[in-house]
Amino acid sequence: MKMAVNTPVRGWRDRVFSAAAFFFVSVFIIFVLALIVTDVFYVDKKAVVTVLASKFIRHALWMSIWTSCATTSIALLFAVPMGYSLSRFRFPGHFLADAIVDLPIVFPPLVAGLTLLVFFCKTSPGRWIQEDLGIEFVFQPKGIVLCQFVAAASFAIRSAKTAFDDVDRRYENVALTLGCTQWGSFYRVCLPLAKNGIIAGGILTWARAFGLFGPLMIFVGSFRGRTEVLSTTIFLEQSVGNLEVALAIALLLIFVALIAVTCIRLIGGSALVRL
Amino acid sequence: MIRTEEMSFRIGTFQLHRLSINIAKGEYFILLGPPGSGKTIFLECLCGLKKINSGQIHIDGRNVTNLEPRVRGIGYVPQDYALFPHLSVERNIAFGLRVRGYKNKEIQAKITETAELLDIQRLLRRRIHGLSGGEKQRVALARALVLQPKILLLDEPVCALDEVTRQEVCAQLLGIQRRLGLTTIHVSHNLEEAFSVADRAAILKDGTLLQVGPLDELLDKPNSKFVARFMRREKNLPYRDNANRKK
Repeated sequence: MKMAVNTPVRGWRDRVFSAAAFFFVSVFIIFVLALIVTDVFYVDKKAVVTVLASKFIRHALWMSIWTSCATTSIALLFAVPMGYSLSRFRFPGHFLADAIVDLPIVFPPLVAGLTLLVFFCKTSPGRWIQEDLGIEFVFQPKGIVLCQFVAAASFAIRSAKTAFDDVDRRYENVALTLGCTQWGSFYRVCLPLAKNGIIAGGILTWARAFGLFGPLMIFVGSFRGRTEVLSTTIFLEQSVGNLEVALAIALLLIFVALIAVTCIRLIGGSALVRL
Repeated sequence: MIRTEEMSFRIGTFQLHRLSINIAKGEYFILLGPPGSGKTIFLECLCGLKKINSGQIHIDGRNVTNLEPRVRGIGYVPQDYALFPHLSVERNIAFGLRVRGYKNKEIQAKITETAELLDIQRLLRRRIHGLSGGEKQRVALARALVLQPKILLLDEPVCALDEVTRQEVCAQLLGIQRRLGLTTIHVSHNLEEAFSVADRAAILKDGTLLQVGPLDELLDKPNSKFVARFMRREKNLPYRDNANRKK
C-alpha cells in the first residue's frame, strides 16, 4: 500500500493554507464527536440495561445487521457486473441506463417505500410475484432487504463504475496479449485494481441500508419481533415518549456502525496488501 | 513472418488505409511517424486488440485475422509499459505463465532465466511503484519475453526515458533481439532510435504508409516531400554506426 507522505510546509502562505485546511477538518470532527459525546453523557444507564436485556430490541439489532449485510452482498453482486458494463461498453441507451442508476440516490427515501408498496399491491406483476409465486415482500422481513436494496444499491453501482473507469484499459489489453480471456483479464487485473472503490461503495451501501428508516415504515412497517429494525425502534420509542430508551438504542446503532465500518476497512485494507 | 494485406481499420474520423507490409523472420523493423499517425493502432490491430475492418494479417504463414490476442504468439510492450501496479515485479513477469497454467517450478526457472537476460534479478521482490523508467521498461520487456514469443511489438519503448538510458536500452533491445532472433516491430517518432536499432523502417502518416525500406534508402531516396522532411529533419545521428546493426 502507498504510504501517505506529509506535504512539506514552507513559508507563511503554506502555513495559512494548511491551517485553513485543518480548520475544516477540526470543525467537522469536533462537531461529530460532540454529538456522540452528548449522547453518551445524556444516556440513562438503566435505559442501556433495559435495551440490552430486551428480547425485542436484540431481535431488531439482529434484523438490522443481517438485512443490511444481505443487502450489501446483493448490491455488490449487481454492482460489479453493472459497474463494469457501464464503464467498458457503449450500447444503445447507455446514457439512460447511467442516469437511471443514479435515480434512487436523488429521490427522497420515502418515495422508494411508497413506490414499492404501489408496485406490489396495485400492479399485476407485483401481485403475481406476491400471490402466484408466493414471494411476499409487503410487511415481511424479505421486504426489508428489498427496500434497502432499492434505496442503497445505487451507491455500490456508482462507486464500482467510477472504480472501473479509473482502471486504465491498457492493463486489460496487456493481460489479453499475455494469455487471458476477457473474463481472465477482468478477474486478474481489472477487479483487483478497482477493489478499493468497490469496497468504498460497499461501505456506503451498508451504511445507507443499516440506517434506513422512512421507506421501511411504509413498505414493511415496524412489527415487534418481526419487521422491526433499530432505526424504526428508535422512532417508535421516541414517539411514545421513551426518549432515554431511544437514545440508548441510538448509541447501540452508532457503536455497531463504528465496529462494522472499521472491520470492513481493515478487511479491505488487508486484502489489498495481500494482492 | 508478419504480413498484412490491405489491412484497414476505422475509428471515428481516423482510418488506417489498406496497409500492406511484409516483415521477415528475425528482422528489426521500425515504424516511424508523427504523433497521431496511427502507429499504436497498427500494433493493436496486429495484436488483435482491435478488430480490423478489412484485409488480412498473417503471422508465420498462419492467417490470424480473426484469432484472439492470446493465441497469436505475440509479445507486446505498450507505451508507458502498463505494468500491473497491484503485483510485484516477480508476479508481473510470472503473470502470463500463471495464466497459461505453468507449474511453479517452471515459472521460477523461466523468471530466473529472463531476469538474468535483462539483468533485473535485484528488482524481482520490488513493487512497481517506485521503479525508475528504465527499470519499468526492462520489467515490461521481461513480462513479454518470458512467454518466448516469436514476435515482439514495442510501442514507443524508450520515449519516456532520458537520453543516456534511452541509448543503453536501445542497445540492449537490439542485443536481445539479435540473440533471441525475435521478429520485432518497434514504433517510434524518433529518427535517432530508428538508426540505432532498425534493419528496415516504414513511414506512416495519417494512417497511410508512405514508404517502406532500409533506412539509407528512405534517407537517400524519399518518395515524397513528407518522407524527405521527416528523414532530413534530424541529420546529426549520434549512434548511426552502432556495431550491432546488421550489415
